[in-house]
Amino acid sequence: MIRVRFFARVREQLDCELLELPWEPRYGTLDGLQAALEQRGEPWGDVLRQPNLIRAVNQAVVSTNAILQAGDEVAFYPPVTGG
Amino acid sequence: MVRDRFAVSIQTEPFVTEALQKALHEREAGAIVTFTGYVRACNDGAAITALELEHYPGMTENSLRAILDEAAQRWSVLAATVVHRVGLLAVGEPVVWVGVSSAHRGDAFTACEYVMDYLKTEAPFWKKEHGDTGSRWLEARASDSERARRWQLP
Repeated sequence: MIRVRFFARVREQLDCELLELPWEPRYGTLDGLQAALEQRGEPWGDVLRQPNLIRAVNQAVVSTNAILQAGDEVAFYPPVTGG
Repeated sequence: MVRDRFAVSIQTEPFVTEALQKALHEREAGAIVTFTGYVRACNDGAAITALELEHYPGMTENSLRAILDEAAQRWSVLAATVVHRVGLLAVGEPVVWVGVSSAHRGDAFTACEYVMDYLKTEAPFWKKEHGDTGSRWLEARASDSERARRWQLP
């Protein structure tokens, strides 16, 4: 299984907070997982293709692609605005 | 019991700055610098009625601890605390508190500013403004990124 979490504006636009997906080989990279999610139809494609989207794997920000394994937690979120 | 020198709290409840500052004090401390951030009544000319804060449980706490660790490596810090609220906050309420104690004021001032600048650009928090004309998620500001970039080591 792979857990995918969405936060803030991205969460609202997708109307989805958490996905728990049975493991598939196409989720073996972060780019592969994102491509699979974009293929879920609208609004997924538009929301996940927006610029400045931040991606984290196991709660660490990833700036390029990354290898994923079953059990990983991936998150997609907009630039942070706390403080 | 040994007190954790670096404390992080994410909470819905309000905080009492006097108690936080007192907890940060120790005999070796010659200076404590603190920062308190509040919910402003207006932003970019629009009137605000409330501010909603979201975070990423687990990652946000780890991110704040990493920022405190980095500050303690770069400056002489005796103890440091970050408290950040989440949930729905009214105008005038405190949002965030950072306190740093050090032997001397220079390191305390600098480390406190560093922690705030990195918190604003690295820690996963998101603000949604509620106003008379509706609600909107805040966009990240280039000026905040600029402030954080000043601290990058060559």
